[in-house]
Amino acid sequence: MKLIAKSALCVSLFAAAATFTLNASAVDLVVATVNNGHMIEMAKLGKFFEQANPDIKLKWVTLEEAVLRQRVTTDIATGSGQFDVMTIGMYEAPIWGKKDWLVELKPDAAYDVDDLLPSIRAGLSVGGKLFAAPFYGESSMIMYRSDLVKKAGMTIEDHPTWNHIREVAAKINDPAHGVYGICLRGKPGWGDNMAFMTTMANSFGGQLFDMKWKPQFTSEPWKKAVNFYVDLLKNYGPPGSSSNSFNEILALFNQGKCGIWIDATIAASFISDPKQSKVADKVAFAQSPVAVTERGANWLWAWSLAIPKSSKHVDAAQKFIRWATSKEYIALVAKETGWSNVPTGTRKSTYANPEFQKVAKFAAAEQKAIYSADPTHSTLLPSPYVGVQFAAIPEFQSIGATTGQQLSAALLGKESVDKALEISQQAADREMRRGGYYK
Amino acid sequence: MKRLTARLLLTPAMTTLFVWMIIPLAMTIYFSFLRYNLLEPGAHPFAGFENYHYFFTDDAFIPAVQNTLILLFSVMCITVVVGIALALLINEPFPGRAIVRVLLISPFFVMPAVNALMWKNMMMNPIYGLFAQISHFFGFGAIDWLSEYPLFSIILMIAWQWLPFACLIFMTALQSMDREQLEAARMDGANYLQQLRYLYIPHLGRSIAVVIMIEMIFLLSVFAEIFTTTGGGPGFETTNVAFLIFRQALASFDVGVASAGGLFAVLLANIAAIFFIRLIGKNLDK
Repeated sequence: MKLIAKSALCVSLFAAAATFTLNASAVDLVVATVNNGHMIEMAKLGKFFEQANPDIKLKWVTLEEAVLRQRVTTDIATGSGQFDVMTIGMYEAPIWGKKDWLVELKPDAAYDVDDLLPSIRAGLSVGGKLFAAPFYGESSMIMYRSDLVKKAGMTIEDHPTWNHIREVAAKINDPAHGVYGICLRGKPGWGDNMAFMTTMANSFGGQLFDMKWKPQFTSEPWKKAVNFYVDLLKNYGPPGSSSNSFNEILALFNQGKCGIWIDATIAASFISDPKQSKVADKVAFAQSPVAVTERGANWLWAWSLAIPKSSKHVDAAQKFIRWATSKEYIALVAKETGWSNVPTGTRKSTYANPEFQKVAKFAAAEQKAIYSADPTHSTLLPSPYVGVQFAAIPEFQSIGATTGQQLSAALLGKESVDKALEISQQAADREMRRGGYYK
Repeated sequence: MKRLTARLLLTPAMTTLFVWMIIPLAMTIYFSFLRYNLLEPGAHPFAGFENYHYFFTDDAFIPAVQNTLILLFSVMCITVVVGIALALLINEPFPGRAIVRVLLISPFFVMPAVNALMWKNMMMNPIYGLFAQISHFFGFGAIDWLSEYPLFSIILMIAWQWLPFACLIFMTALQSMDREQLEAARMDGANYLQQLRYLYIPHLGRSIAVVIMIEMIFLLSVFAEIFTTTGGGPGFETTNVAFLIFRQALASFDVGVASAGGLFAVLLANIAAIFFIRLIGKNLDK
């Protein structure tokens, strides 16, 4: 009996030691990501990656967009190595890639890098080297309540004029019943209201900088566009528009409170999902509105995964990125939550998939929008910068933040549009002079 | 000999404290003279007073100083006046006093960011918020508090957080009042206002000084509430000095300008401290 007890004790101790050794050798991969729906799903599905790779344990740091940007930029710029995988966008990837802050991604043949959408892949590469892999990509487009538009006896075609959008918004605006004609971003930030406003100004023939890098906020197209935007939202927007960004408007739209919404194409899958949206069966899509040009009327963005040079677990990070941005991951999401919820805007194969086409009525509009956005030719007049709704230069973050604040003040009527643009112009001019773009 | 021993015993603590303070301060001074942007790696050339020039000529600088001072004085006034009123109220016996006291003090234990989110989403949201519901109930339109009255809203939420602290200090002070003296004043025919003017307020003098001193330290660096709710806007309406420094450091990633701003903040805090110590210091000497 004693012998059995001793043997059992030995086996238990051995098992405990083995477990400890295994855990001790496991890699803790710290992934910093944004608190958007698709990323939250990725964190949930991370258990499948861990099961397939028992030597890697995922640790998630999920943050709001602006905070994520601050954390990852500070981390990478100081080389502190807090994160092994970072979620970054098309703004950061080329700047950081050029600075040699990121590890080049080397996907294997099975990953099928040629399946990535060309414009997205180009935006995440420097000198042909891929520095970030797209997790989901997006452009912007019109999403609207077909029932309300039909009831008003109107239609919305692809690329309608901004004036037509105002007419439709006016007709369907019904604040007494909690339905607002149009919902647009108003929350200050270069990735918030400025992202939308820049595409709108582009469509009015504007640009962020001219060929001499002079800011253009006081140009006529910008003045016309901002006046139009302020007038539109003041008359037909929901109260509190100056605090609304993607997530806030998504909640409003899903509650049936918005008639028209012009924002990221990625919203299409959420507002068409009956589990999340009260109006899932009543939504329709069209290409972004224009004033004088289609060029730059819709943005291009990809939330992507990258590895900072300071990471100590580069191999594990490469493995994780390959998994999270692969065709297999998309199939896994489809299996777990359905084809209408897969991250889109990254791979041609997703749009070619018949099952996806069957359930995603937004697929064609989304693909068209993504394909039409060209970050290298985004404005009517030639521009020196790359990017549709941003300029891929370090100074743009500060310029975008200040201008976003001023636009928000103009929207609230705290400042005139002219004054707001004048302050933005001055601030941008200071930054550009300081950056040495001109004297 | 005793004095020497005391000095020797105090030396490690004093040295640690000195190093703890002097190293960050010295680094801030050093960075404030460098061209140091996180997005521009490599050399950080000497920039002279360029960073100071950029900080002081920023469009947001004057509004930030004004907002900091308005916020400081407003919250202090609200917390001291309302704090005294509440302390007097809950010092009187009434049924359920213990529960009321606990409820009154509880906001102080809520973290600033949570406090701000609660006000933003549950109270001041123009569609779902409690204030909007009340307004709709009475047939009025909703007010978008954080956009229409941004600085007032920030002051309100910070005052709500600091009120329990002031109330607690005043309540403790009131409990040490001489009951016989109060009784004598009443027998001599002093009405409540006279009691307040000649007995309560003079007695609370030291507590008021303590509340103002402690609140000043925190109110000059208010950040979480602004960051969580208005992001310094609309325009520069809720940008204070702390938020402006944050914007330079973490929106523009310009460590040089942010350091120059940091030194200005230290200077501002010292001026405010000297002002208040002179104004209320005599109360502490008594």
